[in-house]
Amino acid sequence: MIFLDLAVRNLKRHKVRSVLATVGIIIGVVAIASLGIMGSSLSVLVGGMVSDVSDTLLVTPHLAISSGDPFDPRNTLAARISGRDLGLIEKAAEQHRVIPMILASDRLQVRDKGGYVALYAMPATEIPFLLEEEAGTYPRAGSSGVMVGSLLADELDLHPGSRIEVGGESVRVAGIAAERGMGIDINPDYALIVTEEWYTERHGDQDYSRVIVKVGDLAEIEEVKVAIDQQVNRRKEVVDVLDSREILEIYYETFDAINIFLIGIGAVSLLVASVSILNVMIISVTERTGEIGLMRSIGARRREVLLMFLYESLILGIAGSLAGGVVSMAIAYSVTTSVAGLFADFAVSGGDGIPVAVVIGYTAFAMAFGTAVSIVAGFYPAWKAARLNPIEALRYE
Amino acid sequence: METDRPGLITVDAPSEKAATSSTPILRFEDVSKIYPLPAGDVVALDHVSLTVEPGEFIAVMGPSGSGKSTLLNMMGCLDVPTSGKIYLSGQEISRMSDDDLTRLRRDRIGFVFQQFNLIPLLSAVENVEFPLVLTAGREESRQRAIEVLRMMHLDDALFSHRPGELSGGEQQRVAIARALVNDPDLLLCDEPTGNLDSKTGTAIMGILAAENREGKTVIMVTHDPGVAAYARRTIRIVDGRLV
Ligand SMILES: Nc1ncnc2c1ncn2[C@@H]1O[C@H](COP(=O)(O)OP(=O)(O)O)[C@@H](O)[C@H]1O
Ligand SMILES: [Mg+2]
Repeated sequence: MIFLDLAVRNLKRHKVRSVLATVGIIIGVVAIASLGIMGSSLSVLVGGMVSDVSDTLLVTPHLAISSGDPFDPRNTLAARISGRDLGLIEKAAEQHRVIPMILASDRLQVRDKGGYVALYAMPATEIPFLLEEEAGTYPRAGSSGVMVGSLLADELDLHPGSRIEVGGESVRVAGIAAERGMGIDINPDYALIVTEEWYTERHGDQDYSRVIVKVGDLAEIEEVKVAIDQQVNRRKEVVDVLDSREILEIYYETFDAINIFLIGIGAVSLLVASVSILNVMIISVTERTGEIGLMRSIGARRREVLLMFLYESLILGIAGSLAGGVVSMAIAYSVTTSVAGLFADFAVSGGDGIPVAVVIGYTAFAMAFGTAVSIVAGFYPAWKAARLNPIEALRYE
Repeated sequence: METDRPGLITVDAPSEKAATSSTPILRFEDVSKIYPLPAGDVVALDHVSLTVEPGEFIAVMGPSGSGKSTLLNMMGCLDVPTSGKIYLSGQEISRMSDDDLTRLRRDRIGFVFQQFNLIPLLSAVENVEFPLVLTAGREESRQRAIEVLRMMHLDDALFSHRPGELSGGEQQRVAIARALVNDPDLLLCDEPTGNLDSKTGTAIMGILAAENREGKTVIMVTHDPGVAAYARRTIRIVDGRLV
């Protein structure tokens, strides 16, 4: 393989140039792989909440400016669902379970640690319906006990019977809720769950922040949704009714867009890298015009010259892709954990990290892309070299 | 020493060869080469007809720009004529594909240029074996390359040197070895001594003359009448026309 040999030697002859071109490919490959992995980290987190909420309708107060997205910060504006509207919802929902709740926050002090914590207040009878119990008991109406979300309990080392200070008042932990993960209805893992009585005793009667309707039969979701809409929004838009699939669609659209955007950024950096390969190869061909003419005149065929230059860009591409692949794998772990850490507040799957297959998949894709891009970038200069007329190449100064 | 006498000693050899092999090694039939340039066409060869018999030693002379290199390149299948026909051992080349022409150069023709003869990335011995490794194994190519380099009286220690580490004369020896390594029918040299001092040039001419005595057909371009004296026939060319 004399031409492969020549390609290697030429790359070695111009070490700095070759290394720089390779670095470009490395950066591009790492960018695609890690951004892809990061994007799918987000998707995995979202995927974690798909599970058991597909039978859920979420009723939120209608705001002129609201998007209907339950995580839209504009939804925290103080619009509420009144008791009257709740009655209408219950009527429309017929036999399906209707769970009104108040979302609030309060100061939490445990030993020397303090801060604000999310609070879900709902009728005592509904709590067992939404949450599984990990330890202790569900809070009972009339008692001062509260339930603590699983991750919050872990973090603060709380157990049934522990005492915590909520809003300056010392209360007893009745039970710990099982980890539930990110949901479109509630996200209780880092929250306190209290009974409605508990909350109204301390803060007075309140309208509800949202109402969840559990529709046992998926087939009836659309029907119930329409019924609620007709009952409550008769005269004007009072509430928004979203079913979980709609909400998930919003998420998937969002995360798909993010993912494509991230990979797009990676792809652009690889394209930039390919331009540098193109540049290096054009320089190489120009410098070696006389040499090409000589090779051609003593018997090297066009396709052999083509191959020789393609080998050069292929070697740059493969070297860059391999190194980039290794680097991507190495940082995939930290990217995964940092992204997961960022979203741990919402996600039960935070600790699970990203499936190895996803990491390998994106890395392999990035490496293949990096190699392919290098070949494509090398093709034009190689083709030009192969087309050189031997005489003119020999005469070239 | 033998420069004055080869005509006497071997004058019969070429004609003998010509007599035994009926086809001339090269035949130009009314060959023209025109380079179209923006400033107007350049007629590098103007209706040239000639015949070269096997075993001949020919010098091509003429002023600079008269078309000597163009003529030699045509002979070496490096280019095809704008009009007219060229036969290499009876085979018409002007309609051949690029790949076929390349194969002819690789297997049947040896080139020595005035400059830029060697691939800078390859050592002396690698340069010599280059035409062979395109078709044959590296091991046997290497053996043949070493054998030819020794015939050129190049010191073994220089075999692994890159062209940049060799003197002009050494480089030309390597180039001649490279041209001879495929045992070509035709050895074409474009001012092979043009860049050398006269002593080195004489040594190089000695090698070419010896190759010709061995039976190789040698055609060389030169300015130097002293060099041309080694040849047994001189073709003169002015403005692309034989005179
Ligand atoms: N590839 C080319 N393109 C354009 N003009 C050329 C080319 N090769 C040769 N010529 C022209 O053809 C003429 C003959 O060139 P050449 O054969 O190199 O002359 P010599 O070798 O006798 O000095 C010159 O005028 C030269 O400029
Ligand atoms: Mg010339």
